[in-house]
Amino acid sequence: MTLPFFDPVTAVLLIPICSAALLAALPGYRLTARLNVLASLATFLSALCLFVMERSSPGPYVLIDDLNIVFIVLNTFVGFTTSIFSASYIAHELETGRLTPTYLRFYHAMYQTMMFGMNLAFVSNNIGLMWVAVELATLTTVLMVGIYRTHAALEAAWKYFILGSVGIALALFGTILVYMAARPVMGEGQDGMVWTLLVERAANFDAALLNVAFVFLFLGYGTKVGLAPLHAWLPDAHAEGPTPISAVLSGLLLNVALYALLRFKILLAANPASIAPGPLMVTMGLVSLIFAAFMLYRRRDIKRLFAYSSIEHMGIIVFAFGMGGPLANFAGLLHMVMHSLTKSAIFYAVGHIAQIKGTQRISRIRGLTVTHPALGWGLVVGVVAIAGLPPLGIFMSEFLVVSSTFARQPLLAIVLVFGLLLAFGALTLRLTSVAFGEPRGSTAPADASYIPMFAHLALVLGAGIYLPAPLVVWFQHVAQLLG
Amino acid sequence: MHSLAFDVSHTLAGGLVLISLMMLYQDRLYSLLNVFALHALVLSLSVAWQAFIQDAPHLYVTAFIALVFKAIVIPVALHRIVKQLGIHRDIESAVGIGPTMLAGMGLVALSLVLMLRVTSDADPLAREDLAFALSVVLLGLLVMVTRRNAVSQVVGFMSLENGLVLAATGAKGMPLVVEISVAFSILIAFIVIGIFLFRIRERFDSVDVSALDDFRGERR
Repeated sequence: MTLPFFDPVTAVLLIPICSAALLAALPGYRLTARLNVLASLATFLSALCLFVMERSSPGPYVLIDDLNIVFIVLNTFVGFTTSIFSASYIAHELETGRLTPTYLRFYHAMYQTMMFGMNLAFVSNNIGLMWVAVELATLTTVLMVGIYRTHAALEAAWKYFILGSVGIALALFGTILVYMAARPVMGEGQDGMVWTLLVERAANFDAALLNVAFVFLFLGYGTKVGLAPLHAWLPDAHAEGPTPISAVLSGLLLNVALYALLRFKILLAANPASIAPGPLMVTMGLVSLIFAAFMLYRRRDIKRLFAYSSIEHMGIIVFAFGMGGPLANFAGLLHMVMHSLTKSAIFYAVGHIAQIKGTQRISRIRGLTVTHPALGWGLVVGVVAIAGLPPLGIFMSEFLVVSSTFARQPLLAIVLVFGLLLAFGALTLRLTSVAFGEPRGSTAPADASYIPMFAHLALVLGAGIYLPAPLVVWFQHVAQLLG
Repeated sequence: MHSLAFDVSHTLAGGLVLISLMMLYQDRLYSLLNVFALHALVLSLSVAWQAFIQDAPHLYVTAFIALVFKAIVIPVALHRIVKQLGIHRDIESAVGIGPTMLAGMGLVALSLVLMLRVTSDADPLAREDLAFALSVVLLGLLVMVTRRNAVSQVVGFMSLENGLVLAATGAKGMPLVVEISVAFSILIAFIVIGIFLFRIRERFDSVDVSALDDFRGERR
């Protein structure tokens, strides 16, 4: 299907960037918050059009294939629901005086710029352009993490900026090395950066150079995925920034970096002489999982707790993609979607809870299901989902990861299951203290937006019970693409 | 093979590595900034030379950006910041000069061994450029790790970016997208940094990053 004057690819890029300019110029909080929601909705709808659109052949800059449509739709959907959540969350921050109207204008403009950066990273067919887009998305989130201007927020933003920049610098060096490896085959100029052309002819590239390039790319983009030794920025950035940003950081930005890694993994798989990226990814994934699972026990800050849980789940996803093969890739993809939906739902709940109680300390929050049933039970469902209990979606994807690992590498599966159980224990321990028992802290009624949270949880529950056949076919196809 | 073109670009790229090493032992902020300006100047010369021998006019733009922004505007601006904050006397390295220099030499050797080994098929000009560029990147990282002061961490980061530009220009025929984006990112990064430095000052009366460590969220 084609419509005249409407190109969804252009739309998912133009709507965010134009509305960013508009939001930066417009005064008035209510208007801009609504515009932000509207723009995000429009972007989401255009992203949906990508499913039905006839795809044009990949150009030097833009590529739409089965892999990135999944990412784009997920990205714009979570971006949309987060904008709804952010409207009510930010209204409260304005009331309590943590943010001023000037900062809000800045916040909304940055939010749309970040969406633009992430969408650009997904659609770009040019490895240089992809790098630019990831860097843009990172810089905008750096600014938003520091928006409260408290000691802790500044420290978090600074750490995030420094580590993120080092990561992105290594990724650029890796990108240059890929170009160098491709040059003898592709010739000079534009073609050497176009991903589709690179994959077509990757078999003839210099394998040694490609190996080194992948190590740099893995370290660089891996920093942004939040893999274990490189994760230091992640808990701070999640805990100190505004909660809507924690939600998009966990739910979306980590996926952007993961997507870049997957593209390069496909590139390396096309070259028989180069190293297999699998073992590297499996190791880092497991290290992240185990490390984060242990760290979960010692958290006293509720947002930090869920930040470590994000590291844990990114570890599982990278592990699954590292294992490779149709089933593990399918599981990794499903897990990524489920994690994005669940984690952002949890952050929506946590954001409102922290606002009501006026604290992020776990010990000061108790008995939520009594005082705030909707928020409390929403959090319970979210944590049950993220801990991997049936019948929710994450159980299914974790089950697939574990069973496919048992079939091929039983020893690794034992480590994996150990990590999962460890994390499960920590999460239930914390959950019972927060959700049940004698209420503690403020019991003021919540002025929360429940729709985004419950919409996400409903999707996760739905996916756990029944996955629609077209979706399964789609994911299977993508899993095949990933090799 | 050892033509004039090769020798000159070799000298300039090698010079960058040398200046990166010089950065390691500067213990005053002003002198560190001066060395950084020199770094950027040599970089712009190197890029301009590449533009000349590759017959790639768009690289002159990169050279110009490096010259104007990195060798002049940013050092001058940082000078001002340092003066306003009154921190120019600070001796602020976390690790002693001796170990740092040794580590720096180790990193240079490492990157030479690594890059020369894996790029044996590439043309000699590009492979040496790449080896030097990696050294500059790693030395920039080392500067960032061994300094406690936010300003000198920024300088380390920018010298690291210089290494990336060197690598990008050494890769013959690399499209313009990247060069401009690199320049742009540095510009944006600098704006971010500028804002941050003032904010940090505003909050802490110091730009010593160790002061920030006391406010880790866990310990509140």
